[in-house]
Amino acid sequence: MCNCSCGSEEKKNALLPQVGIITDIRRETPDVKTFRIVRPDGTKLFEHMPGQCAMLCVPGVGEALFSITSSPTNKEYQEFSIKECGTLTNYLHNMSVGDEILVRGPYGNHFPVETVLKGQDLLFIAGGIGLAPLRSVINYVLDNRDNYGTVDIVYGSRSKDDLVQLKEIQEVWAKAKDVNVHLTIDREQEGWDGHVGFVPNYVKELNMSVDKTALICGPPIMIKFVLQGLQELGYEKTQVYTTLELRMKCGIGKCGRCNIGDKYVCKDGPVFRCDEIDELPNEY
Amino acid sequence: MYQISREKMPELLAAVAKEMDLFLPVQNNGITNFGFWTEDAKVDLDTLKTVKSPKDAFFPQSEVLYSCYQKANKTSIEPAALKDAPFAIFGVRPCDVRAFDVLDRVFLSEPADVYYAARREHGIVVSLACHEPEDSCFCKTFGIDAAEPQADVAMWQVADGYAWEAKTEKGEKLTELVKEYLTEQDLAKEVEAEKEAIRTLIDKMPNSNLSLEGWGVGKTKERFDDPKWKELSDACLGCGTCTFSCPTCQCYDIKDFNTGNGVQRYRCWDSCMYSDFTMMAAGNNRTTQMQRFRQRFMHKLVYFPDNNDGMYSCVGCGRCVEKCPQSLNIVKVIKRMGGTK
Repeated sequence: MCNCSCGSEEKKNALLPQVGIITDIRRETPDVKTFRIVRPDGTKLFEHMPGQCAMLCVPGVGEALFSITSSPTNKEYQEFSIKECGTLTNYLHNMSVGDEILVRGPYGNHFPVETVLKGQDLLFIAGGIGLAPLRSVINYVLDNRDNYGTVDIVYGSRSKDDLVQLKEIQEVWAKAKDVNVHLTIDREQEGWDGHVGFVPNYVKELNMSVDKTALICGPPIMIKFVLQGLQELGYEKTQVYTTLELRMKCGIGKCGRCNIGDKYVCKDGPVFRCDEIDELPNEY
Repeated sequence: MYQISREKMPELLAAVAKEMDLFLPVQNNGITNFGFWTEDAKVDLDTLKTVKSPKDAFFPQSEVLYSCYQKANKTSIEPAALKDAPFAIFGVRPCDVRAFDVLDRVFLSEPADVYYAARREHGIVVSLACHEPEDSCFCKTFGIDAAEPQADVAMWQVADGYAWEAKTEKGEKLTELVKEYLTEQDLAKEVEAEKEAIRTLIDKMPNSNLSLEGWGVGKTKERFDDPKWKELSDACLGCGTCTFSCPTCQCYDIKDFNTGNGVQRYRCWDSCMYSDFTMMAAGNNRTTQMQRFRQRFMHKLVYFPDNNDGMYSCVGCGRCVEKCPQSLNIVKVIKRMGGTK
């Protein structure tokens, strides 16, 4: 009757976390901090691919899924950029270097950096904390520079103080070969002489050539209008990748929360090509 | 084939319980549910439907996954022990046996849930054909034969007792264990007559032959925006009774319990009918009861078949039909939106 293939070899318990230790905390914006996490012995937690996520848990407080913002090319640690917006994230923001945390993962699929994206000109479009998953791809691409074409990064946030990873953007990305960085903020602000305006409008203004592959991440409303803008420029949905975010508990497609249509965002996502999203019921 | 008389049954059950945990329908305050055998348990193999399904046997309503302890700023994790001894689950109806197959699709698909897998590996299922099907039964709609239990051991009610047939290796082992209470007998005729009787009764049940036209693989676009969801769900209270009594509902939550000396991370049944089920700090993608109601039925009748070779995740046990305080149920949904008018 039992049709499981329970053999004698020990199975990995996908719900069991490992202990991690916070080795660095950077304040990015008034409500975003980036946490660096390794194993207590100093080694890397696990290997991952750009776009994948991991569960962070503080026993007694809660557990949630966060995208891994560091690149897999980093051989030392994983990083998570986390916005303070709920019980667990508020707690995380009050933690210190040296504190322990539980981590399990990595979960989900990833941006197709080894296949479809290879040799392509890439257009990254991010809003606010949405830069977190794209940063993993951007650094992966820059560390494997010869495998990809030109890189354009359009990044916007509410104000200049809400731009995540600004130092890296200005000091590393903006100076890298064949990389163009286009920053924008929603409203005029003293001390800002860059572009002002919403990301979707800026993307249209930049009039990006249609031979690129676009990767979008940000608030759902931004993604929606950016996609419209790209289509107006002549982009096909098959050229555009984005991520979905729904409530998750297990991370392995069993607890039912992130189910949408025949997909589980934790397992079949979080990365989807925009034409694949069209196939899903409109409930995300 | 073997026969076990009604008088000998308590002895057989006691003999099984001496060797392993035995989970079976037990009556308490007039209500029959699966529970552990004890010497004074009021075993009830006659009631057709337990209030709750037997899914607890493999997917308990609540179970600890691991415990964490903090000592001098060092965190240690202690996983809960996995089931490592055989146990028997007795008197499971054919629809509920199929429900285990549905749960297997979820919990044993990669990465397998080790807690569930260990129970499944060690659990021996003894099924009992449905001598007296009820009006709320509609297992036949999903291709389940109430006369032909698919388990480790199958039983049929025959004159003054039960016919007993081992169907798997596990079933053979259990049969060996209780052989002294069984008498070898040629019951082919009696069992065939019982099967015929069951099938005749099942065919008379009002919902035995529902049309599933309009449901199943690839029907998302056709069904999702159907305006009938609104009227069908209007009366739904979002109480979750359907999900808790359902043998295939498997949504769960993972929570913390502070024991005072550590934290237990445990999982417990949850329900897609609840308003906070999908709520995140960033928002909620199902804010209305209509959306939650639709999710439950679309999952059972479209999304699950999409991912599981057409297998529906409803087994027609009829518990939700009987228990919904608002008389809403999957039969109404199937009829109203599918092929049956």
